[in-house]
Amino acid sequence: MREIMIVTRENLINLILAALLLAVPFAAEAFGQPFYVTLATRIAILALAATGLNLALGLGGLVSFGHAAFFGIGGYVAGILAAHAFSGDPLLFGLSGTKQMWVIWVVAVILSGLVGLVIGAISLRTSGVYFIMITLAFAQMVYYFAISWPAYGGEDGLSILVRNQFPGVSTMRPLTFFLICYVVLLLALALFALIRASRFGAALQAARQNEVRVATVGIQPYRIRLTGFAISAAVTGLAGALFADLNRFVSPSMLSWHMSGELIVLIILGGTGRLFGPLAGAALYVIFEYALGGLTERWQFFLGLILLVVVLFARGGLLGLLAGKAKHG
Amino acid sequence: MTLALALEQLLNGLQLGVMLFLMAAGLTLIFGVMGLINLAHGSLYMVGAFACATVAAWTGSFWIGLIASLAAAAAAGAIVELVVIRRLYDRDHLDQVLATFALILMFSEGTRWLFGSFPLYLDIPPLLQGAVALPGGTEYPVYRLAIILAGAIVAFGLYLLISRTRLGMRIRAGESDREMIGALGVDIRTLYTVVFALGAALAGLAGAMVGALQSVQVGMGEPVLILAFVVIVIGGIGSIKGALLGALLVGVTDTMGRFLLPKILALFVAPAQAGMIGGAAASMLIYIVMAVILAVKPRGLFPAAHA
Repeated sequence: MREIMIVTRENLINLILAALLLAVPFAAEAFGQPFYVTLATRIAILALAATGLNLALGLGGLVSFGHAAFFGIGGYVAGILAAHAFSGDPLLFGLSGTKQMWVIWVVAVILSGLVGLVIGAISLRTSGVYFIMITLAFAQMVYYFAISWPAYGGEDGLSILVRNQFPGVSTMRPLTFFLICYVVLLLALALFALIRASRFGAALQAARQNEVRVATVGIQPYRIRLTGFAISAAVTGLAGALFADLNRFVSPSMLSWHMSGELIVLIILGGTGRLFGPLAGAALYVIFEYALGGLTERWQFFLGLILLVVVLFARGGLLGLLAGKAKHG
Repeated sequence: MTLALALEQLLNGLQLGVMLFLMAAGLTLIFGVMGLINLAHGSLYMVGAFACATVAAWTGSFWIGLIASLAAAAAAGAIVELVVIRRLYDRDHLDQVLATFALILMFSEGTRWLFGSFPLYLDIPPLLQGAVALPGGTEYPVYRLAIILAGAIVAFGLYLLISRTRLGMRIRAGESDREMIGALGVDIRTLYTVVFALGAALAGLAGAMVGALQSVQVGMGEPVLILAFVVIVIGGIGSIKGALLGALLVGVTDTMGRFLLPKILALFVAPAQAGMIGGAAASMLIYIVMAVILAVKPRGLFPAAHA
């Protein structure tokens, strides 16, 4: 943890980012612009999802092109539990659905973590291009399952009529829901920092840098990576549950491979392996989307162009430009 | 369930397999020679389909459209290689994934810009309209049989190109040792552009041929691209033989699974449920096959020696 306590340019920028994200919704609320509160919530949730992926990709060097699967599973957990609570039909083994966010979160984390464990167990037998393609293929499998399984809306998706509840507050108020997401994001960032500084995190990063050496000192890279992958999946699943509650809607598009691509893009835009890379990337992405979307219908074309330029010429991402080179790499 | 129906489905599976082979052959060739993972391959498939539909509408001839699709996809491939892809050969796979993902966004939105959001339609040429009788009494469209035949010819042609020509020799040499053939005086940059354009032309051909079966629209290449990934992962990345067998396996498994699984399940549960569970299970079948093959052989059925 010590490295995030020291005053460096990167930590200063991180602090400013976190403060800005908190300040914008309050200002928006004060000026009667609730739309910007939603925009900030979107940034916080996407940053959370990308923080999950950053554990696998940034620390472990595991280029997962299938994290949309976990994002979507989290979303469907929220949607399905809420739908059962609404209709009163029992879900499984006589258990009923729920509208309590924290129960949904626990289920989303456990379920996406377990699916991550299974997908990881098979995919991590391979590496490099194979790993990229296999994680992509597994996510597609979940995607096609969601489309062809008619019980929960199939291709049309599933609406959440009223946003799920959190004890003591009104989640329908945009600012309150933003604060919930913001706190969850900060907790996830703390988890990321803790893991990065732990023995486990050191092993995970070492496995990225030199697999043979890690094996030589008696640590099995496979197990380390699998654990990292499952935790990463669980965090992204949690983000999915929040995303479903933000839109009050979940559909197979949360599971699509464009989503997986976007999550990687967020990390790269911000800066790979950096604590606040996902937040910087998510902010940049949502602002791009909003600003370009206001200027031209064809914003995706220009997003592609910007992304191409970043990959070809500005490899450190936004934080790389602002805060200089990362210490590890 | 009649035998004739099963035969028809088997042929549909073969046709899907042949089309996947055209996609997978280009992907695996590009990976084998240049070590590049190209997500934008599905966009080249789309370019082929749009070129064929547009030129066929102008000239009234599917065949001129087909030639145009080859030319357009090869040209698009060559331009993309010259401007973007050649900067990526020395980068890690993450950068390649991102840059080609960016290319997909640009290709899709650019095509929507040029052609609008409405799908185009492409008619089957008069020569290949109609159907032939299959043993058992059903009929099968001539056009689909023609696709299978065309795929077989391309596969054979590719085999001849790679094993019998000077270009093929250079491609094989490039797969085994890139630096060495550069040192021996082969212009490796041109070779890369040619290989990329060749792969693009194959994808464009697949797009044009399928365009007459489905509508021609933005995003049509993406489901095919992911199936092609499954194919080359099963076959072994870098192996053309693996791509051929993997494509046929995936095509037939997918089609027969969708046809048979609901019927098999109907023996055990109510028909409506069998249709639902069977349909959902069938859509996952090829991924399960892939997982099983990888559990046994992590590098695919025919691993390329160097990869």
